[in-house]
Amino acid sequence: MAQTIAITGGRVATGNGGQPIEGATVLIRNGRIVSVGRGAAPGGARVIDAAGKWVTPGIFGGFSRLGLVEVDAVAQTNDAAATGSPFGAAISVAPAVNPNAAAVQVNRAGGVTRAIVAPAIGRDLFAGQGAVIDLGEDMDAVTRANAFQFVEFGEAGAAKAGGSRAAAHVQLRNALYEARDYARSPAAYEGGRSRESLLMRLDAAALAPVVQGEQPLFVRVERAADILQALALKREFTQLKLVLVGVSEGWMVADRIAAARVPVIASALNDLPQTFEMLAATQSNVGRMTRAGVTVAIGMIDDNDARQTRLQTQYAGNLVALAKVPGAAGLSWGQALASITSTPAEIMGLGAELGSLKPGRRADVVIWDGDPLELSSAPEKVFIDGVEQPLVTRQSRLRDRYLVRGAAPSPRAYRQ
Amino acid sequence: MKASGGVALAIVLALAGCAGSDRAPAAVSSVAVNEERVTIPADPFPSTYRPAPSDVTVIRGATMFDGEGGRIDGGAIRLANGRIEAIGGSDLAVPEGATVIDAAGKWVTPGIIDIHSHLGNYPSPAVAAHSDGNEMSGPLNAGVWAEHSVWPQDPGFGRALANGGVTTLQILPGSANLFGGRSVVLKNVPGRTVQEMKFPGAPYGLKMACGENPKRVYGAKGRMPTTRMGNVALDRQAWADAQNYLRKWQDYERKAKDGKAKPSDAPKRDMGLETMAAALTGDIAIHNHCYRADEMAIVIDMAKEFGYRVAAFHHAVESYKIADLLRDNGICSAMWADWWGFKMESYDAIWENVAMVENAGACAIVHSDDENGIQRLNQEASKAMAAGRRAGIAVSPEKAWTWLAINPARALGIEKQTGSLKPGKMADVVLWNGDPMSVYTRPEKVWVDGALLYDMHDPKRRRVSDFELGQPGEGM
Repeated sequence: MAQTIAITGGRVATGNGGQPIEGATVLIRNGRIVSVGRGAAPGGARVIDAAGKWVTPGIFGGFSRLGLVEVDAVAQTNDAAATGSPFGAAISVAPAVNPNAAAVQVNRAGGVTRAIVAPAIGRDLFAGQGAVIDLGEDMDAVTRANAFQFVEFGEAGAAKAGGSRAAAHVQLRNALYEARDYARSPAAYEGGRSRESLLMRLDAAALAPVVQGEQPLFVRVERAADILQALALKREFTQLKLVLVGVSEGWMVADRIAAARVPVIASALNDLPQTFEMLAATQSNVGRMTRAGVTVAIGMIDDNDARQTRLQTQYAGNLVALAKVPGAAGLSWGQALASITSTPAEIMGLGAELGSLKPGRRADVVIWDGDPLELSSAPEKVFIDGVEQPLVTRQSRLRDRYLVRGAAPSPRAYRQ
Repeated sequence: MKASGGVALAIVLALAGCAGSDRAPAAVSSVAVNEERVTIPADPFPSTYRPAPSDVTVIRGATMFDGEGGRIDGGAIRLANGRIEAIGGSDLAVPEGATVIDAAGKWVTPGIIDIHSHLGNYPSPAVAAHSDGNEMSGPLNAGVWAEHSVWPQDPGFGRALANGGVTTLQILPGSANLFGGRSVVLKNVPGRTVQEMKFPGAPYGLKMACGENPKRVYGAKGRMPTTRMGNVALDRQAWADAQNYLRKWQDYERKAKDGKAKPSDAPKRDMGLETMAAALTGDIAIHNHCYRADEMAIVIDMAKEFGYRVAAFHHAVESYKIADLLRDNGICSAMWADWWGFKMESYDAIWENVAMVENAGACAIVHSDDENGIQRLNQEASKAMAAGRRAGIAVSPEKAWTWLAINPARALGIEKQTGSLKPGKMADVVLWNGDPMSVYTRPEKVWVDGALLYDMHDPKRRRVSDFELGQPGEGM
C-alpha cells in the first residue's frame, strides 16, 4: 500500500473529458494519485515505463450486477433477484457480493476497477439497495454499501405493482409516504400504521434515507412519458436525489432532464424498438442528451449486466464513431472515456475519490497496450487503490491449457 | 391417369421461378417428378426476390478484403447488372455513365453473412405475440419452417444493414428442440413477404440443438428429454425413423417408376421426417447448436452412424478444445467472440476460440444470434482476431474477414453466389469509412446485388419498417 509508483512516458487520459496528454508521468503513493504531469520519477519509486502505452483511470461500471452472479442459468449461483422474498427496498446487495466471482476476475482483466452493482427486482417494484464495489483480488469488495435504492418504473415495475403503470405510481408514492412517516418517527411508525400499510418495517426504514435525500433513488425508466413522471416525483418529494437508469427515449425530453439536473445512466447502443417503451430508441440518444446538457454515464442495462461490463470501452468507442455519421449524434473521444470513468463516479457522489487521474484520487489506474476504446487494445497492468492486480482468469488458464505450441508431450488435461 | 383430387400432391416442380438459381432447391431428391406419381414439392414457397434497380458503380482507391483471405491495396471494383463485374487496380475501366466513388482511405469488403440470426422470428418489439422462434410443443419438431414465422417488418433487418453491413442472413428456429425445424436464408432487403427476401436457390438448413436447452424445456414439462443422454436417445430414434421414412419413399418411387404402384400407395407425408430425410440425402444442411466439446464429439459419431453431415456447430464455445477433430471432419464452428457464463455450457468460453479454430485449420465463423450483435459483427471478428494475436496466433484482418464472408457462405451452400469479392458473384458489397476492424469505423454505403440500399449520407435510404412509421422517433 505504501508503495510509490511512477508510470512514465505514457499517453495519459485523465478521464475528465479532454484529449490525452503525451508523455506524462502518473505518480502514485499510498494508494492515491499524487500527480499527473511532467517531471522525473522520485527516488525510490517503482518506475513503470509506459512509453507507447495508454494510461487511464480504471473503467467504472455504470450499472451492473457484477459479483452477484456466477452462472445466470444456475439459480443457486444467481443472487441478482429474489422473487420469493417478502422484502423489497430493504434488500441490500452488499453482503451478497462475491469478490471471487469469475466475472470479477474477467472484468478486472478487462480494465474494470469499480462498478455500480444493483439488485434486480423481485417481489415488487423496489429492487433494493445497490453498492459500489471494487474489483480487486482481495476479499473486501464493497466500496460503498447501500449506495442507492433501485426502482423499476416502467413496464417491469408496472407488472410487479399489479399490472399497470397507474398502479406503479400509487405503489411508489405510497411507499415514499410510508417511508416519510417512518423517517419522522421510527418509534411511532409501527403503532401509527394503518391496516392498509403495505411496507414491511425494514422496507420503510430502507426508504427513509431516500425520501430524506440522503440516498439516491435510481429509477429505471425508458419511455419519454415515464421519464417526465419520474422527474415529477421531485415536486411531491422535494428531497429526492434522482438518477435515471435506462432512458432509451431520453433524447425526446433531454431539455427537461437537463433542466431538472438529474443525471442519467443509459444503455449506449440500444437502437431497436425492443419494447413499446423503447420505440424511439436510437444510438444517438447518449449524444443528444449530452449535447442538451444532461450528465450521462454508460451502463449495462439489460445487457449482460452480470458479466460484460468490460464491453463499456467498445460501446464508448462506438459513440465516437457515430459522431462521423451525418444526422447522428455521438461523443468526442474525451466525453466517451468520461462516460465510463469519471461520470459514473460523479453520479455516485464519488467523483472526488474515484473515476479520474487527479491528485488525491484513489489510484485505480490501467495501462493499456493501445487506445482503450479500440477493439484491439487490452490492459497490460491494472491497479486498484494503487495495488497491482493479477490479470489471470479462468479463461486465460483454459487458453493456456489448450493453446498448443509445438509438440504435445502429455495428454491435454495434464499440460498446464 | 391424370392427377385428380386423390393425388393433389402431384405438383410439378417449377424451378424457372428462381431468379439466379444455379442449384436445385432442397428436397427429397430421390422422389421423381411425374404426374402419374405422388411427389413431394421441392419448393412450395419459392423465392420471389428481385434485385432492386442498380447503376454501374466503380469504387476505387480502397483497401479491399476479398472475403477469401486476400487483400488489395488501392484497388478498384466494378459492379454492373447486380454482379461484381471486375476487380483490379487504379486502371480498372470506368464505363460511360458509371457512378464513380473515390474510396481513398476507406475499405471495401463483401457484405457480411450472419449464419445465425432470429431476426423476423424473434423480432422487435419482443412481445409475446411476436415470439415465433420456438415451437416448444415437442422436442422433435423438424417439420416447422422458420420462414413461416418470419415477420419481414422487423426493424432489426434495417439496423443490421445500416450499422453492420449485413447483406445475407440465415434465420433459424429453435433452440428449445432437438430438431427445431428448417432455417431460411434471406437477403437483407426490404420485403412485404418473406418470399421477396428469400435468397434464390439457397439450400435449406435443419436446426438441431444439443445440451441444456432441450433437456430444460422438456424436463420442465416432465417429459423426455430430461438429460443429455435423453437428448441423444431421442435424436437417434428420430434419425432411425427418418431413415425408415426415406426408404419407404424410395421403395414407393421405384415401384411407381416400374408402374407397380398406384398414387394411393404413396407413403403418408410427414413434415418432420421429410425435412430429416432431406438432411440424410444431403439436400438440407445440418446446423447444430452445440456448446461443449464432448457433446460435439458425440454428435460427430451420431452423424456417422446415420450418414449425415454437420455443416456447422453453432455457439461452439468449446471448439478450441477439439479444433483438430472439427478440422478432420470438415465441420465449421460458428462462434461468438466473447460471450460466456450465461449458462453452464458457456462457462468455458475463451476469447481465443475463433483464432484457435482458425489456427488449427478448421473452418471458423463469427455469428451473432442477437439483434444487437448482428449490428457489430465486424467488431466481434476484430475482437476475436485481437485475442488470437495476443496469444501468439497471427491472424491478418483479411483472413479474419473470411469468418464473416466465405466461410459462412460455404456452410450455407451459397458460396458460388456470394461471400467474396469475385467477378460473377452477387454485388453484395460494403464501403466502410475506415478500417472495418476499428471501433471507430461505420458502414458508409451498402449494396445488395449492386443496388445501393444504405448510404449514411442519404437519409432517404434509411430503411424505416412499416412498424416504425408514425412511431416516436421512427428509428432516428
